[in-house]
Parts: sequence; C-alpha cells; structure tokens
Amino acid sequence: MSAPRQIVIEQDLTIYNAAEIKRRLLDGMAASDSVELDLSRVFEMDSSGVQLLLFLKKEAQRLGKEARIVGHSPTVRETIDFLNLAARLGDPMVLPPAPQPPSQ
Amino acid sequence: MDELTSAFIEESREQLADMEAGLLDLERQPGDVSNLGAIFRAAHTIKGASGVVECEYVENFTHQVESVLDRLRDGRLGVSQALVTLLLRCVDHMNKLVQAFAEGLPTPAEALLAAGKELTAQLLGYDQDLSARGADAETRAVEKSGGGLVATDYWHISVRFNPGVLKNGMDPLSFLRYLVTLGDITGIETLDDAMPAGEEMDAECCYLGFEIRFQSRATKSEIEAVFAFVQDDCSLRILPPDSLVAEFVELINSLPEDSMRLGEILVRIGALTQAELDASLAQQAEAPCAAADQSSALPRIGEVLVEQGLVQPEVVDAAVERQAQVSQKKAAESRMLRVHADKLDSLIAMVGELVIAGASAQLLARGHGGEMLEATSILARLVENIRDSALQLRMVQIGETFSRFHRVVRDVSKELGKDIELVVRGGDTELDKSLVEKLGDPLMHLVRNGLDHGIEPADVRRARGKPARGTLSLDARHDSGNVVIQVRDDGGGLNRERIRAKALERGLIQPAQTLTDQEIVNLIFEAGFSTAHSVSNLSGRGVGMDVVKRNIQALRGTVEVASEEGEGCTFTIRLPLTLAIIDGFLVEVGRASYVIPLEAVVECMELRDVSARRDYLNLRGEVLPFIRLRHVFGIEEPVSARESVVVIQFAGQRAGLVVDRLMGEFQTVIKPLGGIFRRLKGIAGSTILGSGEVALILDVQSLVHICSEKQNGSPQDAARAYCAPQLS
Repeated sequence: MSAPRQIVIEQDLTIYNAAEIKRRLLDGMAASDSVELDLSRVFEMDSSGVQLLLFLKKEAQRLGKEARIVGHSPTVRETIDFLNLAARLGDPMVLPPAPQPPSQ
Repeated sequence: MDELTSAFIEESREQLADMEAGLLDLERQPGDVSNLGAIFRAAHTIKGASGVVECEYVENFTHQVESVLDRLRDGRLGVSQALVTLLLRCVDHMNKLVQAFAEGLPTPAEALLAAGKELTAQLLGYDQDLSARGADAETRAVEKSGGGLVATDYWHISVRFNPGVLKNGMDPLSFLRYLVTLGDITGIETLDDAMPAGEEMDAECCYLGFEIRFQSRATKSEIEAVFAFVQDDCSLRILPPDSLVAEFVELINSLPEDSMRLGEILVRIGALTQAELDASLAQQAEAPCAAADQSSALPRIGEVLVEQGLVQPEVVDAAVERQAQVSQKKAAESRMLRVHADKLDSLIAMVGELVIAGASAQLLARGHGGEMLEATSILARLVENIRDSALQLRMVQIGETFSRFHRVVRDVSKELGKDIELVVRGGDTELDKSLVEKLGDPLMHLVRNGLDHGIEPADVRRARGKPARGTLSLDARHDSGNVVIQVRDDGGGLNRERIRAKALERGLIQPAQTLTDQEIVNLIFEAGFSTAHSVSNLSGRGVGMDVVKRNIQALRGTVEVASEEGEGCTFTIRLPLTLAIIDGFLVEVGRASYVIPLEAVVECMELRDVSARRDYLNLRGEVLPFIRLRHVFGIEEPVSARESVVVIQFAGQRAGLVVDRLMGEFQTVIKPLGGIFRRLKGIAGSTILGSGEVALILDVQSLVHICSEKQNGSPQDAARAYCAPQLS
C-alpha cells in the first residue's frame, strides 16, 4: 500500500468551500488507497464541513479505502465533540474524545 | 369565595360539559381515539384543579373516573353502552360534587356520598387494577400524578434538515448551538443516512439529521422557536419529557431511517433503555400485521410496557397532559376575555342613552341642514356600529343550549325504549344571552314532549312504514330581525279529534263551537291540557305547554304548533334578537308618534282611491288588509291631506297600517311600559324621542293579528278571509 496521500485543508470547512473540498476528497481517494486529511489549519467549520467528514469516511468504506483525519484544529475538535461524532469518525484526536456535551 | 375557587368551579363545569358531550359522541363513534383523549384530558384537568383547591372529594372521585377512562383510552377496556351510561352518571355526580364545593361544604351531603360510593363500586368493576390494589390504592395513585411538576424533564428532539437549508444561508449546526442556551444536550446522534455516495453527493446540500436528548425547563413552544427560522426547511419532532414509549415508536415509524437503527440510537442517547427496546420490538414483531406504517393498528408498545409495569401510566400521562394543557390553555386564554355581566349591562345601557342622544342631535340637525347634517349622520353611523358591537358582546350561540339536549334525548329515549336521533341545525345562530338562558326550560318541555308523545315506539313506526329510528330536530335561524327556533319530531302528529274531545271534557270549548284545525291544535297551549293516556315522569302532567307559551310570551316571542297527522309536528318559537334596542320606523298620526320595528316594514306607499269604508286594498294583485291607526288608537284630529300605508309583515302574513306622516328610520331604546298597560294590545313598549316626547312602539304581531281577525270576521268577501300570503 502506498503512502497516504495528504490533503491539507487550508480554508474554512464551510459551505463556501464545500464543493471544492469535496472534489479534492474524491480526487484524492481516486488517486490513492489511503488518504490523510489534515485539518490543523481549519478555523471555521459548519454543517457542510461536518457532512464532508462523514462523507469522507463513508466513501472510503464504500470504496474499500482508508481515510484518516489528522491534526484536528480546536474548532474541529469542539464541533466533533458537540455532535458526539468522535467515535463515528474513529480518528484519534489530540485530546481524548469526550462523549459528554461541551461545558457551557 | 376566593378567585381560585370560583375559577375552579367555572372551569370544572366547562370541563364537565365537554366530558358529557364527548361521552355522547363516544357512544356514537366508539373508535374515536382523539375524542377519548379529550374526555380523559377533561377529567384529568378537573382532578388536577381540584387538587390545587384542596377539594379532596372531587379529586378522589375524579381519579377513579379517570383511571377507567385511561383504560378505555389504552384500549384495555371496550366502549359499551352500559359503561357510557355509568360514566355519564359519574359526570352528573361530579357536577353535584362541584356544586357542593361551590356551596362551601367541607364534605358533601350523606345522600351524595352514598351515590358516590355506589358509582365507585361500579367503576371498580371496570378498573380491575384499582380493585386489585385495594382500598388504599386511590390515595396512593393520586399522589403519583397529583404533584404537578415531574422531576425528570428530558425532551426528545428529532430533526431532519432539508437539502436546501445550506443554500438558503442557514447552518443547522448554529441552531443546535443556540439550543444549548435553553438547556443541556445530554445525548446527540448525527444521522447522515440520507447522504448519497460518490459524485451524487452535493456538498452544498444538507443531508443531516439529529436525534437529541435535551434537558431543559423550556416549554415546547420555546424549543420550537429555536428552529423557527428553519421551520420550512426541516422536519422537527419534539417529544415532551416522559412521553409514552408508544410515542417513541410512532416517532421511529415516522422517520425515514431504519427502525432498528433508530431504536439503537434512542437507546444510545438514553431515551429508552435497552430492555425496554428489546421487549418492545419483540412484542411488535409478534403482532399480526407488522407493517410499520400501520402502527395504529398494532398494539402500542406503550400499552405493552404499561401492562408490564415498565412505565407508570399516571406519571407518564401527567407529563404529556401538562404539555397539552399548557398549549391549549394559552391558545384559548389569548382569545377569550371574561367580563362581568354587570359591566356589560352598564355599557349597553350607556350605549342606549347614546343612541337616544344621537337621534336627538340628528333631529336638530335636520333643521340646520348642510354640514351639520353631514356631521350628525357620520356620528349616527358610528353610534350604530357601536350599538351593534355592544349588542354583539351579549350574543351567544345557541348551539351550547342545543347540545345539552343530546344528553336529554339519549337518556329519555333509553328510558322509553325508543330509538331516537337528535339532529341539530343552525347551532351557530346567535341571540341575546339573557334570552338563551330563559329559553332552556321551554325548549326542554318541547323536546321532552316530542320524545314522549310525539315519536311512536319502534314497532308502531315500522307498522306505519316509517324508519324505526325516530328523529327529533332542533333548528335555529334568523328571520327578519327575529330568531326562529323549531322543534320538530317525525312522530304521529297531534290527534285533532282527541284534542277536541279533551277540550270539551275540560270545558275549554263548547260543543257548538266550530274550530279550524289550527285553532284546535293551539288548544294544547291552554292551561291544564294534556292528552297523554298515562302520566309519565317526563310529561303528561298538563303543565307543559301553557308554561311554554307563557315563558315565550314573556320574552316578547310567540310559539306556534303545526301538525301533520302521521308526519309529526313542529313547534316554532319566534323571539326578538334582543330585548334592549330596536331599529324603528317613525310615523305620525295626528300629533302622536309611533315606532314600527323596522324589520317588520316591507314597504310604504300612498293611500289613494280608497273609500273610507273599505279596509283592504289591491297591492299588485294581492289583497292587502289594512287598519287605520287613527281608529285603533282613537285619534280624533283631522285626517291629513295625504295618508300613507306602511306594509308590515309578520310570520308570513302581511297587513297595512294607515298613518298620516312617514318620518323615516329611527333607532331607539325600548322602555318597557308599566304593569297597568300590560294588557294593551298593539303596543310593545315606549321610547323617548330626541325632542323629549314619548313615542309608542307598535306590536306588529298583534296588529297583524287584529287585522286578520277583522278580515276573518267579515262575511263580505271570501277572498278577504285570508291575509295576503307572503310572496315567495
């Protein structure tokens, strides 16, 4: 298996970029059996971003490929926690995944 | 009596009326689940409210009624006529208990308690749980839901966003974040099942849904408000805290995702326990028809769970009912305003004075003309509107009075062993509240009379070729300023020979008298008249019809009977819309002013080519009898150069009134005449003109009557034997 193909998201993970990022995810998965999505520079994330992460995982599973999310930025981590998606996405985050709701 | 208590009493009576109506509907349509729910809610509200005002005897008794209703609602008990009868008796009993409470009794009277015990014993027969749990069950069970506030308050929110929501510039995530300001999300699951794979997935569409367990003190509408901006772009389902498991099952069935998966999600976020889910799904699978969309036909999982004791019905229901009540009450309260009747009456009295003052201003303005006249006519129009609105405040729909008779018809027909259906039409006809109140008794007499004497037993009906089921109908409608109420039965009709024989026997008529059919049937309104073979406890004591007639006449109304042998008979009551103000038509004879109720006026014309001795004229080919007010009231001043005829109409009969001058429309407040003038015929009341003079208000009904009597007594012309029939 070749080295994971890196996809670094340097924009916000929002509706404004969603279509473009989706294209990159699909292209990445077409080009390699293993994709690594780096979110360390994502400062903003909305529902379409959440949806893209879920999409990445689902597509990878469907195509029999591997997709990992690395370098969760604080925004991404907080959003994943808020929606209780850490277990679903299954990637280790820097902080231990907390299934509890975010503190107020 | 403090405010809380009086509010309780009033509310309880309303709820009891609703319960009664609901139970009667239930008997007709046993399968109506929403109706059962409404009956249950009414009982539940009474129980809750009686707890608040610490009226234990109402609370305890209502609780027992409620538990039977609960079993009915869950389908553990079938609707039967005996049960409905029992529940109706319970409603009566509760009414009496509330009455006892209203009288400030610490405990109800002995007889009432004994009646309650008997009803309780019968109820226990239907409520096996309660009887099995023994005597202390009632107090224990009351405590369970009587507390009002339920400690656990987890909501379940299920939301699916439509694909277009992102493109509309809204981010579902931000709504969820806002939701957190109302409480805590204790469990959330993100659903992406709707998301297509590969190229088909549009990153700018939203495919997400969320199942949320939410802890909050907020109301349902507050939670709904969070999603208000996206209400068109999402499907939102909110289950209140401690909803029945059945409601979760319905939720599961209504959501697009696979039900097993949803079930697991509900378990994961803590809405259901695994054991509950397993047991529920297993039972659901065993049911004969397992189609998910036929969930209503399946035994509800909630019922199964309740039977197994997994959830406590009282606690669960209390929470659900509380939700329903809060929203119902808010909706009703925001539209209704309770006003003391005295305030309303004083408002109407003042409006009455305003009408007189306005009329006086207008009379004065006629002398000035021009702008003055214009200003006063605008004023007059406004006053008219105010008067109409003020009177409207007192108007109530007659439907409420009518619906009371459903119960009467049901009970009486059971008692008599007849099958009778009550048909109500025109229940939305409005009339003055004071009239409605006084109408109850006469109507009751007529209805009972129709049930008892009018409609024949089923076998007789069949023998006469009529449907076995009798029909009694109550109609109400407006007719030229009057309210017309008809009580009609399709029974045997009045037997004229028997009435005549009876009247002879009672000495009401002489053997030599020849009477028209109409006169014979009207004999039933004479005091002491009754043709019933047997005296039942319903009617037949001979105090019915004359009392009806007197009561109706006291309301300035009339009652008539029309009967068709073998077809049934119809009682027609005519009442004025209101007792206070009329639109009048002002006329003068000599120097005296008279007011004719405007709604009775058909047209006016000049009296021409009529010799002094004739008292009828040709109105476009019809014979129109007339009378000269000059003669009726004995006015001796010289006849004016040009007399006019005012054509009036009452109950389909027309007549003409000859007057000197027509003064035009005139609004007026009726001032009743003193007792000594009560026997005067042709005068309904008096009023004060703007000039300060008194004008008499003419009683159209009796004038038409005088007119037609006179015609009937005249031998000259057969055509004159009748008043001109109404042009159809």
